Amino acid sequence: MAEIVLDKVSKRYPDGALAVSEADITIADGEFIILVGPSGCGKSTMLNMIAGLEDISAGELRIDGERVNEKAPKDRDIAMVFQSYALYPHMSVRENMAFPLRLAKVDDATVRRKVDEAARILDLTQHLDRKPANLSGGQRQRVAMGRAIVRNPKAFLMDEPLSNLDAKLRVQMRTSVSKLQKQLATTTVYVTHDQTEAMTLGDRVVVLRSGKVQQIGSPQFLYDNPANLFVAGFIGSPSMNFLPGTLGEGELMTALGPVTLSDRVRRLVEAAGAPREVIAGIRPEHFEDVALMDADHAARSGSTFTATVDVLESMGSDKYAYFTVEGETAASAELDELAADSGTADTGATPGSQLVTRLSVTSHAREGEPLDVWFDADKVQVFDPSTGRNLTYAG
Amino acid sequence: MSHVLDRPSTKPVLSEGKRAERRLGWLLCAPAAIVMLAVTAWPIIYSVWLSLQRYDLRFPDDRQFVGLANYAAVLSNGYWWTAFGVTTVITVVSVVIELVLGMLLALAMHRTLVGRGLVRTVTLIPYGIVTVVAAFSWFYAWNSDTGYLAALFGAEAPLTQRIPSLLIIILAEVWKTTPFMALLLMAGLALVPDDLLRAASMDGANAWQRFTRVMLPVMKPAILVALLFRTLDAFRIFDNIFILTKGANDTSSVSMQTYNNLIRGLNLGIGSTMSVLIFVAVAIIAFVFVKLFGASAPGNDPGGKR
Ligand SMILES: Nc1ncnc2c1ncn2[C@@H]1O[C@H](COP(=O)(O)OP(=O)(O)OP(=O)(O)O)[C@@H](O)[C@H]1O
Ligand SMILES: [Mg+2]
Repeated sequence: MAEIVLDKVSKRYPDGALAVSEADITIADGEFIILVGPSGCGKSTMLNMIAGLEDISAGELRIDGERVNEKAPKDRDIAMVFQSYALYPHMSVRENMAFPLRLAKVDDATVRRKVDEAARILDLTQHLDRKPANLSGGQRQRVAMGRAIVRNPKAFLMDEPLSNLDAKLRVQMRTSVSKLQKQLATTTVYVTHDQTEAMTLGDRVVVLRSGKVQQIGSPQFLYDNPANLFVAGFIGSPSMNFLPGTLGEGELMTALGPVTLSDRVRRLVEAAGAPREVIAGIRPEHFEDVALMDADHAARSGSTFTATVDVLESMGSDKYAYFTVEGETAASAELDELAADSGTADTGATPGSQLVTRLSVTSHAREGEPLDVWFDADKVQVFDPSTGRNLTYAG
Repeated sequence: MSHVLDRPSTKPVLSEGKRAERRLGWLLCAPAAIVMLAVTAWPIIYSVWLSLQRYDLRFPDDRQFVGLANYAAVLSNGYWWTAFGVTTVITVVSVVIELVLGMLLALAMHRTLVGRGLVRTVTLIPYGIVTVVAAFSWFYAWNSDTGYLAALFGAEAPLTQRIPSLLIIILAEVWKTTPFMALLLMAGLALVPDDLLRAASMDGANAWQRFTRVMLPVMKPAILVALLFRTLDAFRIFDNIFILTKGANDTSSVSMQTYNNLIRGLNLGIGSTMSVLIFVAVAIIAFVFVKLFGASAPGNDPGGKR
């Protein structure tokens, strides 16, 4: 158990690449913290620096208040779970899990007890004498976890531990990782590029973009109050809709028509000194089919537009309706990067931008037919296109 | 677990297509197999046949089938056993030294980030030199007239004494074939994933423990292959001894003895007997290696690839 502090930690690789730049993170004792970001943003590098597998170029890393920059991995008392699991192929499951204890010269009886205990927790008891090569992906993953937990380290580091599993197993293992962490209450740093994992697992989430920390906070806080366009677009699935807009007197003009901003939003935008040209962000769940609403309430609290449903996906519990919005698409460096990461860059078949809305399942929306859609004016977020800053940030 | 139950116990019946495919496979292999048999099996069979006869080219008329008499003669002969002992000592000592040096070289080559190509090339130079040429240079370095190394170490004609001769022979062997060992071992090092070593560091292993507890076991198949190759090669040592001592002072190997009987003595019977015995010894060595290392024999290691 330990508190881990990254104090302006930077990493520059010998070839000059700046992988992490001045990261300031304080990880509380027992906390489950997630590092998330697109590929190549420096997550693994940061984790390896905490582990001691990569040197720290600048800044200080403290574990329990003690500077550990110069300590070898084995002296930091931290366990790590690798994406490839890195199980020793020549050892049985039991020997794999016992390896850290044997190196620590723990006596045989204790090794046995601890390995059996870990195997029981991870449901590996009947596989103890098998070799890793003969195990399924999920079992290997659990052995890797077992090897980490047997010696009660100060902290766990996990580098995309679930990314080699298929979707269903991943969801299962996600819950067991979360349960295990709660049970052991050991400080855990978990790397993932999957925002769903980030949202569901962690106490707090650190969003990284090209080596820089964008925002740190609880998953819900990041979802409700993203600090900038990048976090807004990265967190949430399906992701936030972005539309270019123009700010007027208490009003926001977008391709969906004019919106009268709520008092709260207006005050925030004014306080932030917003430019005229902005990007408006609306999450899919803040739309609704007008037919299902009280007309009066709809008119007071939001704005309504009419558009043709391109695609309708019924998920059972909700319906997702996709629309095409005519006109300019929102443009900014952050959004380009997000599009590149999710592989949706320049699909460009349709002019205009796509709008994703989540409607109640009772909606009578039909593909190819026009629909009146309402959205909540109080939930509109406004971003500065040049800096990406969230002008409605209330944190 | 339980899905073993519904596996059919008899061999599955091959479909028509599969059988045709197999037949084609055999046909495609046949030419190579026939050539192999012709060039390797025939000489072996022929020398076995010769070894069962009294057959000395100086007295061709005395040719006669004598059964195992030649074997009895060779195996009860002191020269043969001396040669066998010398060969064994040279093999064991040189292979052990080569393994250690080769491993160090392989690690160095694996680790170097700058000028890797150059380092490898330089390392491989001894292996590229023809054995006989290299043996001659060692000979001139150690003989009594031109021997600058002999002079340097103040040794008086070392190639005329048994122990110094053997040491020089081993030195020449090691110098020549360590690069080969290093190359094979380096291929083995590439088999060890970086993550595995990182995991071992995280688990608390120091550099030596990472080497002995993770690296060596994972690259065991490669080590086995390297050792096997080198042991078989070293057991048949000939050129170096032939040039350096000509087998004088009890330094001849089994191959030297065979050569002396077969080519110099023109005794086809005894010579063939000796070569058959070498063949048997080599076969035993190979067998022991494969048995000893059991499941980690090359191509038979599901645990090795993850
Ligand atoms: N050994 C290295 N030498 C030079 N640059 C490196 C090295 N390792 C990583 N980098 C660079 O550092 C940056 C961060 O890499 P890192 O592996 O931390 O990314 P990541 O966030 O873990 O990505 P992924 O999700 O793909 O694993 C990348 O731009 C990468 O090219
Ligand atoms: Mg990574």
